Amino acid sequence: MKLSDYEPIVGKGSIEELSLLASKLSGKVIQNINSTFTGGGVAEILSRMVPLLSELGVDARWSVIKGDLAFFEVTKKLHNALHGREEKISPRDISVFQETSRKNIKELELYGDIIFVHDPQPVALVERKKELGKNWIWRCHIDVSSPNETAWNFIKPWVTQYDAAVFSAPAFSTPLPIRQFLISPSIDPLSDKNRELSQDIIDSVLSKYDIPSDKPLIVQVSRFDYLKDPVGVIQAFKQVRRSIDCRLVLAGGTATDDPESGKVLAEVQDKAEGNRDIQILVLPPGSDIEINALQRAATVVVQKSLKEGFALTVSEALWKAKPVVASAVGGIPLQVKNKFTGLLSHGIEGTAYAIKQLLGNPEYAKWLGQNGREHVKHNFLITRHVKDYMVLFLTLGRPEEIIYL
Amino acid sequence: MKKSREPFRFFDRVHLTELTGIKAKNLKELVDILKNAPDSIVYYHTHHFLEEHHYLTPEPANDFAVWVSAILGDEVLGEKLASINAFEFPALGALRERIVNVMGEYISSGQELRKAPEGREFYFMKWVSVILPTPYAARDLREFVEALRKLSLGSLYFHIFESRLRLGKVTNDFSVWMKDSLEEQELAEAIEKVDPYTYTLEGVRSQLIKLIERRIK
Repeated sequence: MKLSDYEPIVGKGSIEELSLLASKLSGKVIQNINSTFTGGGVAEILSRMVPLLSELGVDARWSVIKGDLAFFEVTKKLHNALHGREEKISPRDISVFQETSRKNIKELELYGDIIFVHDPQPVALVERKKELGKNWIWRCHIDVSSPNETAWNFIKPWVTQYDAAVFSAPAFSTPLPIRQFLISPSIDPLSDKNRELSQDIIDSVLSKYDIPSDKPLIVQVSRFDYLKDPVGVIQAFKQVRRSIDCRLVLAGGTATDDPESGKVLAEVQDKAEGNRDIQILVLPPGSDIEINALQRAATVVVQKSLKEGFALTVSEALWKAKPVVASAVGGIPLQVKNKFTGLLSHGIEGTAYAIKQLLGNPEYAKWLGQNGREHVKHNFLITRHVKDYMVLFLTLGRPEEIIYL
Repeated sequence: MKKSREPFRFFDRVHLTELTGIKAKNLKELVDILKNAPDSIVYYHTHHFLEEHHYLTPEPANDFAVWVSAILGDEVLGEKLASINAFEFPALGALRERIVNVMGEYISSGQELRKAPEGREFYFMKWVSVILPTPYAARDLREFVEALRKLSLGSLYFHIFESRLRLGKVTNDFSVWMKDSLEEQELAEAIEKVDPYTYTLEGVRSQLIKLIERRIK
């Protein structure tokens, strides 16, 4: 995609603004570091963000740390624990994390003027700050509003060595001795997952997965992960189904850094067994057009997460002007302004009630969906995200609240 | 048409939201923190929604009003806070004082203070503003109105809101230039009277264009 492709969506003024900011970053190298090139929201954002920054003339690059299955099992545990789930982090887990971190600290080439580290997996790289100097930013994509104390205390000594931390929602911040910024992630309106699709393509995807268009369709798109509560969605659906004839599709893929998803999938399949109105779709990586089509075919999109980072699947659904029912967790309340851009829910019964409200009141559902699209257009598209990152880079080392460039 | 000796140069403003890590779980905590909070925090919570939700009519109220109504469930106090008109206050200190007084009176009246559920506390934030020059400049009203049509919303926002409340100018930048450089006293006053809090940002732009075009004709 080229920047000019976004102009019809966001306007000329926004694109000019990006060029202006980029010109002030001339000569700086921005090195992004995370744990995987594929799978999950972080890799997805970086794969779009880095080329756009490059086109603007900002020297942005992307490196990944190395880790084996044992390391990713530990980081998955750490991820769950930081989200607040009860996890036992054993001394062996700690030593696996430290050992892999030590290898990466030694082997990964750190060449950026600004080292932009994403999520907890590579957090320990900051140990090289004393030796290298540079500006270091830790970008936390997950919900750390009520973390397991052991897990947070484990990573905190690294976090506090950064120059700044970036969170996706206000509730994730906590008193820290470093500056903290709020930057929402974003979706790319021109990607296969979000671009406009013809009805023929949508129909062909429905036909490929044997999903009839005879009833209202409720869709949740999420990795098979306990924190996305797919079992809770099935329970809510069963309550809705008592009074309204409809279908449920739970569609999700897997990520290379998530060894737990197979177990969750088996449990979900078990709960759905025997119910012909529930379909569980395991989508391989690269199924972006399929996800796009499923979201566009949905009558209501649900995101009943127990914990969330930001929940980009909500932005995706809102961008398609879909009425959304979502839990008030993580970054979801930033996107779903209750009764303005969607409906927020707090439990299985509340989710079922909200879905019924939308299925029973299509005009209201349409109004919410249209507001939701506007909200995403102005606040959660990749162009706004690129702008925020450039402003962040320009703000580093500047303590004043009004900066003249 | 009168031309100014010095052109009006349009600036753009982009911003970054800074988290303070400070939160309040009830009205008492909110008011205690707000009393001593820097102006940048007051400014953020009474203005950020104007940009983020500028497409919604009517626009949502300031953050204090929304939190008190939606999270603490107190619609009466929420309405009182929502109806505080920021346009009437020449500086952020006075606006803060009014908000603190409304909350203080409510607390003194002995009303039950409700507690926000975990995760829905009031999170204090502020804006870091970055000001950049744009390529646009105007020497007369015709050039001015042409530039006004093309400006980003951030730029419009900067000259209307930020310059007055954050940079301590008496009024918006446009009126100052029209008065001082073009001697357009009447037009400058008409622009001053446009209450930017009752329109969307695009609505403000349309109002200004209408006033200037009427003057040019």
